[in-house]
Order: sequence, then structure tokens, then C-alpha cells
Amino acid sequence: MKVLVCVKQTFDTEAKIELKDGKIADAGINLIINPYDEVAVEGAIQLKEKGVAKEIVVVAAGSDKAMDAIRTALAMGADRGVLVQQDTAADEFARAVALADAIKAENPDIVLAGHVAADDGSSQVPTRVAEILGFPHINVITSIEVAGGKATCSSEADGGTQVTEVSLPAVISSQVSWNEPRYPSMKGIMAAKKKPVATVAAAAADNKVKIVEFSMPPAKAAGIKIEDEPEVCATKLAEWMKNTVKVELK
Amino acid sequence: MAGTWIFVEQRDGNIRKVTYEMLSEAKKFGDEVAAVVFGKGVEALAPEFAKYGADKVYVVEDDVFANYNTGAYVAQMVAMINEFKPNAVLFAHTFNGRDFGSRLAQKLQLGLATDAIAVELSAGKGLFTRAIYAGKALAKVEVAGEPVLGTIRPGVCEVGDVSGAGAVVKPAVAATAADVYQTVKSFVPTVSARPELTEADVVVSGGRGCKGPDGIKLVEQLADLLGAAVGGSRASIDSGWLGHELQVGQTGKVVNPNLYVAAGISGAIQHLAGMSSSKFIAAINTDTEAPIFNVSDFGVVADLFKVIPTLVSELKK
Repeated sequence: MKVLVCVKQTFDTEAKIELKDGKIADAGINLIINPYDEVAVEGAIQLKEKGVAKEIVVVAAGSDKAMDAIRTALAMGADRGVLVQQDTAADEFARAVALADAIKAENPDIVLAGHVAADDGSSQVPTRVAEILGFPHINVITSIEVAGGKATCSSEADGGTQVTEVSLPAVISSQVSWNEPRYPSMKGIMAAKKKPVATVAAAAADNKVKIVEFSMPPAKAAGIKIEDEPEVCATKLAEWMKNTVKVELK
Repeated sequence: MAGTWIFVEQRDGNIRKVTYEMLSEAKKFGDEVAAVVFGKGVEALAPEFAKYGADKVYVVEDDVFANYNTGAYVAQMVAMINEFKPNAVLFAHTFNGRDFGSRLAQKLQLGLATDAIAVELSAGKGLFTRAIYAGKALAKVEVAGEPVLGTIRPGVCEVGDVSGAGAVVKPAVAATAADVYQTVKSFVPTVSARPELTEADVVVSGGRGCKGPDGIKLVEQLADLLGAAVGGSRASIDSGWLGHELQVGQTGKVVNPNLYVAAGISGAIQHLAGMSSSKFIAAINTDTEAPIFNVSDFGVVADLFKVIPTLVSELKK
């Protein structure tokens, strides 16, 4: 069984975001694999360790910088990579078209991806890819069982846990609580350098969504801060909650 | 314009509040507002939507819609869009809503703005404000299309004092069991008397300063007094004191309640990203330098183990 994992290169979640000339400044920002995709890579490796997956292919779309995300996944244990060269300004539609085109050529049984990217927070691309490929899709998974040509997954749904079954091939997108991604070993990092990575051009697709402007969230005005005996602090906090916030008690 | 459609988020007839928020918000754009509800035995819900601004209610009842499933819901919505040609269709940015919106957008080869925190609609165009980098920056995006498609974050729009005629329209059922490609084997609700984290008016969160389950118990005690949801920072989730579904922050939930109480949370940038848009923020932390105080409206530099018990008894007075 072939498992394909889509990964995206994103800003480190600890990065401080600033604007420069009306755009998000990227100078000096540490780049990482989107944490949700990293979990998908780990999930694929665990499927291989269980003997379910035979080969793991990592696919990223973007600039040459995305090669780092592919190499990290290869160092963790994926077998080979595909870099789809695409303008980083591609929107969710154009990105999904490009990824789906590259995925089709690989003919995988399972396509894994993070359910959302920590940068744009769109949570669209895996679902759009599934639609283009005509595959079923399970979102926000925290576990997977693969047997008899089917995948059965638990998902973190709103207000509960949902168990969903689909026939393969399918797109499955991960929640961060699915697993704890391994750190690449030194041996893995060395091996990754020798693993093959193909570079392909993106299928043509125009953006559907236009970014009008970036801005920073309104700054919060400085609040009240009290340093006193805990009982005094608690009494004043209670007064503020009652009089300013107007909380209602259960 | 030919109407703004709000897709109703419901499970077993229980309507999520975000549906009402979207109906009220849509009313601001002058266009006809319609609630669209798919399900089994859901027609009785129609008057509820009128109370919040729905001029029309499209009701589609069939066994195939008993529970949300992507294939049948998308097939039905595509048929209805082709027949009635709405100007815009908005979904809640929830587990089901974002799946529905994304799959529908791709099927129709359209753009989609997800997780919007503000929306302005006009004929054939939508301007959506989105929080990117989990709220560290904002992006305003334009989505043109027939219809304009977007998903709206729960809790960002106010439920208004508006009403509509709520005229029921029953479009033909356009989906069959053959459209269903997922089998939901089970849905187990989280057993909690507390409100859902992303919908709660008040959230009380505990962090590293809780030091363990005993500290979390205090957080829960305060939460229950306030009818609040309980949340946590990454430290308390990674320590296993709270389940992952309760994590607030960049790789967890983004919340924007009326009141957010951060107990023993220093305020790492990933956590601030998930809660700093809350209307009121209170912080309890022993470290006067903790970054949480930079975003809090009312901060107390003190030990939560001593503050919370007194706070609880003072609130009860």
C-alpha cells in the first residue's frame, strides 16, 4: 500500500508576526513543517512500521524552500519526495489543483495531510484535494485502522468523538493529538540526503480568492494589575467580574 | 441579489448558536435571508430561524440527511444553488461546516473564505476578514462568485433583535443513498455539563501554574460557578491534566468569549493567539513579568491556589 503525505512549510508557531510594506514580513523567521502535517508524516511512518504501508511519498507545493519540509519528513522516515513548484501566493483552490495533479500521478491508497495549516488556518486544501480526486475524506483524525480496503478513523468533532469508515483510496487529515511526531535521528538525517526528490511544475490554476489587505489586530489597552495579598486580589477581581464584566452565576 | 443563505448547523435537532449569529449578521446586508436546513424531522425547527431573521426557510427532509454526510449534503446544495441561485451561502466554521464549505467550493470551482471573523456581502462579492497565524495578524480577502462562499467563526457575530417571515420552502430532494461515501459508525458526545469551548460566554483556563490535577480542580470549580467552559494552555494539556480538545492556542482552539480567565498561564505567544480577542481577560499569575498581563484587562499577581477559593466565595456573596 502506498501512503502519500502532503506537507506545507510554515512559520514557526513561536514566530512574532509583523507587517512590512503591507505584507507579512518573513525575514529572519524560522520555518518548520506545519505541525499538523508533521503528525500526518508520523502517522504514515507508524502505518509502515505496522506493515500496512509499503512506501511513503511526501509531497509539498511551494517554492524551493519547501524542500526543507520534504527533507525533514524524509529524515523522519518517509521514502521519497515530490516538490511541486508553485508560486507561494497560490490560494487554496490553486494549491489543491496543483497537489491533486501530482497525487494522481502517484496513485496512492491513502493521502494524509494536516487538517489545517498553522499559518493561513484555512482548513480547505485536503478537502478540496479529495473532491478533485473523487476520494472520500475524513477530517481531524486522532486514530486510524486500515483493513480490508477500508480506513476507520476517530475524529475530534465538535462536542464529541466521531468514528467514520471510508473505502480506500481516501484522503485522511490529522489532528495534532493523533500522535507524537519523532525527532529525526542523525542516521535519518544522513539517509534523507540520499533519498530521491522529484521536482515537477504545478498544474495551471488561477487564484479564486484575492487578498485585499493585511493588518495587525487592534492593540489591547493596558489593563489593571494588582499586586497584593491573595485575599485582597481575589476580592477586587470578584468586584470587577460582577461590576464590569457583569458575570452571571450558575 | 438573490438572497443570503445560512446553512443550519444542527445535530439531532439541536441548533448551534452560531446559526442564529449568522442569520442576524446576514440581515445587515439588506438582502433576503434564508436558513437552509437538511435533516430528518427538522421542519418543526423553522419558526426558530424566523425569530432570528430568516425571511425564508429551505427545509429538505430525507433519511439520507439524517446525519451530516459530505456526499449527500453537497449534492443537495449544488442542486438547490442551481435552482434558486443565492447570492451567498455561509456555513459555520465547525467540524461539519468547513468540510461542507470546502467540498462544495471545489465542486463548484469557486473560492471560499474560511473561519471569517467579519463579513461584508454585496452582489456577487464578499469581503471577509480572516485571522491568520492564529490571530497574530488579519487578512481581508475578497471572494467573488455565484454564489459567494464563506465559513464564519462561532461567537464573532452578535445575535440581533431581528426577525423574518420564515416562509417555509421545500425544495426537491436531489440526493440519494448512492451519494453517501462515508459511514459514521458512532458519535460519542463528550460527557460534560459544561458548554462547548468555542461557544462558551465564559472560559476559565488553567496552565502550568496549576501544578497538577488539584490546581485544575480549582479552575473547574470557578468555571462551574460561572457556567463556563474549561480550557488549558499547552503545558496543562501536555502534562495530561486536560484533554487535547480543551487546548486553547495556535495548535488548539481559538476562543473569543465575553470573559476569559487565565489561571497560572504565563501567556506564551501560541496561547495568546488563541484567546487575545476575548472581550474581557482576567489573569491570575505569580510572575509579575508574565506576558499574559500585557493582554489582560484585570490581572492579579498572586497564587491561584489562594486566589480562586476566595474569588469563588466572594462571587457567591
